[in-house]
Amino acid sequence: MSTSLILLIILIVGLAAYFAGRARAMASSKGKLSALHSLPGYHGVYVAIWAVLPAAFVLAVWLLASPFFIENSVRSALPDTVKSQGAATTELMLGQVMQVANGLKRLSSDELAAVTSGSSNLREALAAKGVPMANAGEPYMVEAAQHYNSLRDGSRWVMSLVVLIIAIAGAVFAIRGISAPFRARNRVERVMLGTLLVASSIAILTTVGIVGSMLSEAIRFFQSVSPSAFFFGTVWDPRFSAAGSGGTEGQFGLLPLLAGTLYIALVAMLFAVPVGLFAAIYMAEYAKPVVRGIAKPLLEILAGIPTIVYGFFALVTVGPFLRDISAQLNGLVTGNYVNFIQAQSVLTAGLVMGIMLIPFVSSLSDDIITQVPRSLRDGSLGLGATRSETIKRVILPAALPGIVGALLLTASRAVGETMIVVLAAGVAARMQLNPFEAMTTVTVKIVNQLTGDLEFNSPQTLVAFALGITLFAITLCLNIYALYIVRKYREQYE
Amino acid sequence: MNMMSEAAVEKALDQKMNTVPFKMIGKDVSVYYGEKRALFDVNLNVRENTVTALIGPSGCGKSTFLRTLNRMNDTIDSCRVTGKITLDDGDIYDPSIDVVELRARVGMVFQKPNPFPKSIYENVTYGPKIHGLARTKADLDQIVETSLQKAGLWNEVKDRLHESGTGLSGGQQQRLCIARAVAVSPEVILMDEPCSALDPIATAKVEELIHELRTNYTIVIVTHSMQQAARVSQRTAMFHLGNLVEENDTDKMFTNPDDQRTQDYIMGRFG
Repeated sequence: MSTSLILLIILIVGLAAYFAGRARAMASSKGKLSALHSLPGYHGVYVAIWAVLPAAFVLAVWLLASPFFIENSVRSALPDTVKSQGAATTELMLGQVMQVANGLKRLSSDELAAVTSGSSNLREALAAKGVPMANAGEPYMVEAAQHYNSLRDGSRWVMSLVVLIIAIAGAVFAIRGISAPFRARNRVERVMLGTLLVASSIAILTTVGIVGSMLSEAIRFFQSVSPSAFFFGTVWDPRFSAAGSGGTEGQFGLLPLLAGTLYIALVAMLFAVPVGLFAAIYMAEYAKPVVRGIAKPLLEILAGIPTIVYGFFALVTVGPFLRDISAQLNGLVTGNYVNFIQAQSVLTAGLVMGIMLIPFVSSLSDDIITQVPRSLRDGSLGLGATRSETIKRVILPAALPGIVGALLLTASRAVGETMIVVLAAGVAARMQLNPFEAMTTVTVKIVNQLTGDLEFNSPQTLVAFALGITLFAITLCLNIYALYIVRKYREQYE
Repeated sequence: MNMMSEAAVEKALDQKMNTVPFKMIGKDVSVYYGEKRALFDVNLNVRENTVTALIGPSGCGKSTFLRTLNRMNDTIDSCRVTGKITLDDGDIYDPSIDVVELRARVGMVFQKPNPFPKSIYENVTYGPKIHGLARTKADLDQIVETSLQKAGLWNEVKDRLHESGTGLSGGQQQRLCIARAVAVSPEVILMDEPCSALDPIATAKVEELIHELRTNYTIVIVTHSMQQAARVSQRTAMFHLGNLVEENDTDKMFTNPDDQRTQDYIMGRFG
């Protein structure tokens, strides 16, 4: 029986259990619905849960665990000549056995008999059925494959039976428990709570898993490059990981990348913060509802544009524009038409990233500004303050912690931004202060180190994980600090 | 008025109210919120150095009328005011009038205490700084002290002027808001249910304060409490469904009103 069929059967049992539970509850109410503690539907759901959940759980565990046991059994049945050749060969042979087992299922009984007796070539017989084999195959493989197949089929039948029995037993158990005062509603509520809990723990566990895998790879990197050389190195020159090039180890200095990241983020923030903040103040304080209704969604469309599109925009429009205009300016002043802004530069990347960040700044700040109670505005206006005095002296100071929090959240986005800088910032890892020159960022280098055909055992690729975990740590700190500030601010008005 | 002794002022006030001159005159005042009309041709005059109480059931327009007196309704987009309101014979809705200056002359205290999230000192100096009432730090200190004294708060907060105003108790916050309004040296103080968020003890303190303030200021107070209106005011105006029902001396209003609706409201038959 296939897994989906079993699932379907479980669901049908569940459905039947639902109606049975309902009917049972109706019957025990003796025609008076109010005599029941819970509505009949709850009793139905309760019984259905008992029918489906334990069965599905056993099914899942069985499906996960059984291959492990079957493979163990097959592995121990392999001839000693194979096992003596080490773990790698054993695994390879096991893989072949499974391949054969897969193929054997497609053979007719005649062909199967021919193969087992050795009268026909195993490799050719399987190839005819579309199952390729790496070598001619050996007689013990057929034997092991048959063993494997029989184990698998047996396991499947037992599983189907067990799961079905559990489903029906669960339903019967639950139905027997139903009576008028039975609190099915509360039980169902608890299952709902459990479901929600599982959903949120999946999200959290995924984060933990990602961090864990990054950490383990980063630790492998730090085994070949010392942490001090990475964190305090001023030269980024990873070289290539050519085969056997043990002597030409690159230099993995984080500082030039970090400097570029922070510099570009700074330029972006310098651009985005005033524009975004002023836009937010206009939206929150001055705009008439009609204007606000139109302008705010328009502004937020900016946030929906994929960052790669911003990257194009930087590469094709902003970069060349800045380059040409700088050439013109230079020509007007010195007579020498040489551009002093590179097409790929800190300024280009920062400017375009700033545009991307405007809606984040404005939308977050807008929310915070509108949260300032109206009574404070009235109080200030009632004392004869003008609108802008009220904003400057009362509203912004009151909203400041929240706005700082919003800016920190925005900064963490700027630091982690990838596609814009990949296209607009350049790849030159250097430490300098001229915003018109190209610099590079942590994210760009992660992309660089991980593109192409690579093996994940050289420091040249593993450095990407070290970079990633560093970036993660920076943005995490920014986010935590921002949330802390925002939360502290909220308490003021509650 | 400042030249007169306090006792003389009291005496003058206790004379027949009708002899006290008008500070603000409202003539045919109507207010619209969008299509909805909230006030219908209200004619109500506010007498100088008098506490005028506006009473009436919820939604009767008393707060709306109060807010027309310093044009706080301007902050509501859909609101429109017709008719004429004068302050010392000057039309406050005249286009040449600076609304900012008007609000400095006609201060306001709100229903919920709304101190700014700043220090007590900064709360009081907020208005004077904006209007340039003080040149030096010493001037500001003086304003803070006298304003807090007038609001009866000085002794409670003089040692912690630089702590946050939001850390005070509700009653103290409301008196801080009164001090803040007083600091601008207004001529008229509008109070929109100033005690509705306060406990009885704090209420008593604020009422006492209102009583003292009237020697220097003209006060208009909106209240839901008839007892409060009777305790603090000399004149009372009764609103109902956007109309001014009756305006009279408080004593007469609560003993022998002219209008049946006032009688009913005061007796608690509706509202």
